[in-house]
Amino acid sequence: MKDTVDEINPRKAWMSVLAKASEGRVAQLLDAAIARPEFAWLRAPEIGSTMVRARAGATGAPFNLGEVTITRCALTLDTGEVGHAYIKGRNKVDAQAAALVDALMQTDKAEVLRAQVIDPLEAEQAAAKAARAAKAAATKVDFFTMVRGED
Amino acid sequence: MYVAVKGGERAIENAHAWLAEERRGDTDIAELSVAQIREQLSLAVNRVMAEGSLYDPDLAALAIKQARGDLIEAIFLIRAYRTTLPRFGASEPVDTGKMTCDRRISATFKDLPGGQVLGPTFDYTHRLLDFKLAADGEVPQAPTRSGITAEDVPHVSEFLNREGLIEGAPHDDTPPPDLTREPLEMPADRALRLQALTRADEGFTLGLAYSTQRGYARNHAFVGELRIGAVPVEMEIPELGFAIEVGEVTVTECETVNQFKGSKTEPPQFTRGYGLVFGQTERKAISMALVDRALRWEELGEDFVGAPAQDAEFVLYHADNIQATGFLEHIKLPHYVDFQSELELVRKLRREAETGHVQEAAE
Repeated sequence: MKDTVDEINPRKAWMSVLAKASEGRVAQLLDAAIARPEFAWLRAPEIGSTMVRARAGATGAPFNLGEVTITRCALTLDTGEVGHAYIKGRNKVDAQAAALVDALMQTDKAEVLRAQVIDPLEAEQAAAKAARAAKAAATKVDFFTMVRGED
Repeated sequence: MYVAVKGGERAIENAHAWLAEERRGDTDIAELSVAQIREQLSLAVNRVMAEGSLYDPDLAALAIKQARGDLIEAIFLIRAYRTTLPRFGASEPVDTGKMTCDRRISATFKDLPGGQVLGPTFDYTHRLLDFKLAADGEVPQAPTRSGITAEDVPHVSEFLNREGLIEGAPHDDTPPPDLTREPLEMPADRALRLQALTRADEGFTLGLAYSTQRGYARNHAFVGELRIGAVPVEMEIPELGFAIEVGEVTVTECETVNQFKGSKTEPPQFTRGYGLVFGQTERKAISMALVDRALRWEELGEDFVGAPAQDAEFVLYHADNIQATGFLEHIKLPHYVDFQSELELVRKLRREAETGHVQEAAE
């Protein structure tokens, strides 16, 4: 029997990386890697919202914080694989590129796309986070105690 | 009472055309782009997203441009747009413990794991006008500090919790009520109050929070922790049956630590107020936490001392600036018939009073 967790986790990971890519980046990397295959829409890109929830006191009961704009779409390749995209923001072109990569990651193109789309995106996202973290670290307070004169 | 009146169409059209011209201002001055507003007036953008209750910096920047910088008008535009969006679902509750913090400070513990990280703050600036900004926009690069491995940044309340000195916030998965779907009704549970407060007017929330500090429902708050940063938003994809990250949102979180004398059932311990707001919105998040704490008097077994900040009905029904401005500003719209009847009434009363005087004089 196939381990379903193994099948789900990598997909969850790459879909998350694709969703967090900056504007136009997925399309750019995808087009540099391979020629786009034919596909049919299962759900043409549409813009909507998701209610972001949080927890009272960070860990308690959930409450509704506010909505975020989301673009989603679903498509199927001629070979039958289905790709989905749910990405923050209102960019239908980005959603299409993300769904295409999601579908192609289930084909024999996976290795190429892993190396040329997913891994570079992940590295860029990590680098951007690290750059911001380094600026935050520079504002970290180093306390020192003044030596007091009495004694 | 409103009566359909014809006329005024041309005046209205011309007023709107003039509005557009005034919005643009002097055409010898370069026009502001939406991207410039998004990048350079980002705290205004954050406020519009928080109170508009929709996280989308580009839309908020556009709204600010269209509203000529009137932030409540911009929030109104965002709220109106929001109602046109189909709702795809709700996210998993965001885990602020996983926040990549730009800023994280505690007023209660000096040396805490993760440290005091100031971030891009106005604190400690001298509040002197910087005329260099009027001259050119050149900024030096912010210094960086490397070699620091990513540390866990635990919530401050966890330390106090270990000693049992602070009330817990036990895990709970009750689906929250949503005031954008059901009208806000009293009594409002904490989840509903927090939703109303996070989108509440910043000025109103600040004023109420300040009132608790000055002695109206005093509960002496310390900022246990204040953190600003990005948190991933995870959402279950119905077609796939598992959750993915759909992106990140920047939020400001404030946890206050408040005095509590204890009650019949609870030993003396610290209690908590909670603020969480979209964007870098520190003043609002602290205000929210103070008002949240004041509104919790009943569940903590405290007395209602009649303070405005304790009165959920007063707070929640007056905190929304779009509701408030809608009702406030409608009184400038034509009320000709209403006023005619008032006019008639006053004339009648005066006539009666005058006849009365005449009669009294005759007697």
